[in-house]
Amino acid sequence: MVNKEAFAGTLESGDILIQISPSEEKGLHIELQSTVAYQFGRQIKQVITETLEGLDVHDARVMATDKGALDCTIRARVTAAAVRATGKDVWKD
Amino acid sequence: MSSIKDRADLIKQAAAQMGKETYKGTSTKAQLPRTEYQKSSPKIATLEEAIRKSGLKDGMTISFHHHFRGGDKVVNMVVDKLAEMGFKNLSLAASSLQDVHAPLIEHIKNGVITEISTSGLRGELADEISRGLMDKPVVFRSHGGRGSAIRNGDLHIDVAFIGASSCDPLGNACGFSRSENAKSICGSLGYAIPDAHHADKVVVLTDDLVEYPNTPSSISEHLVDFVVVCDSVGDSSKISSGAIRDTKNPRDILLAKQAAKVVINSGYFNNGFSIQTGSGGASLAVVKYIRESMLEKGIKASFALGGITAHMVKLHEEGLIDRLVDVQSFDRAAAESIMRDPNHREVSAISYASADEPSSATHFLDIVILSALEVDVNFNVNVLVGSDGIIRGAIGGHPDTAADSGISIVVCPLLRGRIPCVVDEVTTLITPGSTVDVVVTEYGIAVNPGRPEIMERLKAAGLNIVTMEYLRDRALSVIGQPDPLPFGDKVVGIVMNRDGSVMDVIKNIKE
Repeated sequence: MVNKEAFAGTLESGDILIQISPSEEKGLHIELQSTVAYQFGRQIKQVITETLEGLDVHDARVMATDKGALDCTIRARVTAAAVRATGKDVWKD
Repeated sequence: MSSIKDRADLIKQAAAQMGKETYKGTSTKAQLPRTEYQKSSPKIATLEEAIRKSGLKDGMTISFHHHFRGGDKVVNMVVDKLAEMGFKNLSLAASSLQDVHAPLIEHIKNGVITEISTSGLRGELADEISRGLMDKPVVFRSHGGRGSAIRNGDLHIDVAFIGASSCDPLGNACGFSRSENAKSICGSLGYAIPDAHHADKVVVLTDDLVEYPNTPSSISEHLVDFVVVCDSVGDSSKISSGAIRDTKNPRDILLAKQAAKVVINSGYFNNGFSIQTGSGGASLAVVKYIRESMLEKGIKASFALGGITAHMVKLHEEGLIDRLVDVQSFDRAAAESIMRDPNHREVSAISYASADEPSSATHFLDIVILSALEVDVNFNVNVLVGSDGIIRGAIGGHPDTAADSGISIVVCPLLRGRIPCVVDEVTTLITPGSTVDVVVTEYGIAVNPGRPEIMERLKAAGLNIVTMEYLRDRALSVIGQPDPLPFGDKVVGIVMNRDGSVMDVIKNIKE
């Protein structure tokens, strides 16, 4: 459960800034700004969705500002933001 | 004895035979001190007067050079004035356009400018044009190709507007000023020289009107019709950062070291060789490593061509490069060197890189080191259109130097962020793969199968030789398969080959 706003990542080239906040609506609402949106927007959203669902996060608002991050970076930033937003430490549990 | 009166009949006869008048004795003697006379030179005019007197009409072609790069003030100043004077449907033939030319967007929307030809586009203007701002596609040419087109009439210039850092009242113009009042400096005026030679009318704009004779000059007085004095023709600090800075980027250093090894083992690195490099971080670093090898092996270069940078000036001053041949000074150090050093020679775009000019310098170039936005598995290179379909670069001398040099080496990282630089097919074809010999990436070096002798030499030197297909797959394994770009059906750009044929078109990108 996302119970507070949290973020992870930076706006450096090759990174992605993920901001997660609680949502009153059902589902994941992902807003993506990306320097590579044309070619990779679909993939980036998919990686964000899969990562969050894997962490059992199903309802949240996500603002993603991407500067050409690779999938591994996206997964890491999304996981870190989710841990901060839910208070659930996935690395420990 | 025969007096001139006695010869009068013979003079009349000679004149009649030649179809000429006889001399009427109307010569007058100049009396005004010549320094005074200069001030009333018939060529001195305001910008508006020069435009009116030039005979410019709607629909005609005006031209500009880009030696001030991001600091250029001439294009915007002149086109603003033309708009104010009510001109329409003008064709703008620039040697290149930069971010600073975004104000052209309004002039395009208002119908002042309806056609553009250039080497490149950047920034907002490039963005808007990529999305379909103009009805007529922009025509892109290489620097050598533009020179050829101007000379053979494919690109006829009605009025050339040439920014110069010094000019005398008769029109002798330079990209630097020897006076104490120098306001700007851009060095070589190489791209403006074909315009000066072939335009119907030539207007020089200068921010330092100096005393006659401003010689040696880049542009000679006999080519110039009007001289316009203005506050500033360009901000020289924006030509480049100015200082020599060695890249600290470890990937650039790795690429540079690999590229230097390619050069040294290519078979072309012999005493008296000639070389051209680009201005990117990796290209500049290559020069550093080549220099070490030149010192170690006692090899000297006959000339460096380009695109001259402070790095090349340094090697020249150390005695490692005999001559510098300069179509465009890439930084202040290069611009100052061309002013004081007779062995640092300016060259026109035609003598630099035109395919149909047998004496052009590229034809005598051994080694060229180039960059790329994309290279494909067939060695084709794109340096103009980004992988997002937006125009963001310039053809420059890329295809000219690749084709004419003994060995062309393209240096580029495998990925820029998530954008692959090695692809299946380039977004836009700029330099044909048949003219590209070696591609250097941080994941290995690919050699064009058309150059087996180079492949053997590099293998013998122990370099990591791979195929383009391997590099492409390596990129895809990291980034995944990119989605196709949302191109529309409108042609926004036409890419000319340097031989004057149409090589590719650029389609608009949809929102």
